[in-house]
Amino acid sequence: MIALQAEPFDAAALLADFSARAAGAGAVVSFTGLVRGDNEGAEVSVLELDHHPRLTEKAMAGIAADAAARFRLIDVAIVHRHGPLAPGEAIVFAAAAAPHRRAAFEAVDYVMDRLKTDAPFWKCERGSDGAHWLEARESDHADRRRWEAEA
Amino acid sequence: VRISFYGRLREVAPAGPVPPGVRDTGALRTWLGGERPELLDRSIRIAVNDEVIVGDRQLGDDDEISFLPPMSGG
Repeated sequence: MIALQAEPFDAAALLADFSARAAGAGAVVSFTGLVRGDNEGAEVSVLELDHHPRLTEKAMAGIAADAAARFRLIDVAIVHRHGPLAPGEAIVFAAAAAPHRRAAFEAVDYVMDRLKTDAPFWKCERGSDGAHWLEARESDHADRRRWEAEA
Repeated sequence: VRISFYGRLREVAPAGPVPPGVRDTGALRTWLGGERPELLDRSIRIAVNDEVIVGDRQLGDDDEISFLPPMSGG
């Protein structure tokens, strides 16, 4: 399942549905990302997430398909929000179902690393310090490259 | 040609209609970069009709061109 939405989501409900549908899986791993209330010491009051009307969903589907093929998943889900978000809100949910745990753990790690650098999202933090556009950090690119080295 | 900008480039607006001599994405980038030099940076990727391109592409009248700064999802 791929979903790109402005509305909030319930990660527990998403995980329950995903697990119920994952027939034959021996392992389900999920990750939920939350908006942080600070960045490098500065308070963040709103995180605004810009996206592309078509490319973003296409990139999410491509990342999910790559993960499914690479880790031989039974199922994979990515739910990502856009628009304004408040600290503490869930911004992204990723889940993988596989016959065994290692593939499921690695697949979710892979999906998150790819989303950081390869999905057309742009974050703007607004807070005590004004507004700042964020870009993937060098550590995010290094995380992304781990999967190329192992491929 | 329709041109759209994302992320930190959202507020960029072309100075006017695309001149007739601008026939490919490289020339478009150079033309827009005259006003906004940050568009010349190769970290800004270009999509033509929802496909991120590598290298330059001829422009068609109905093409939609997107300028994409480095991404930050997740």
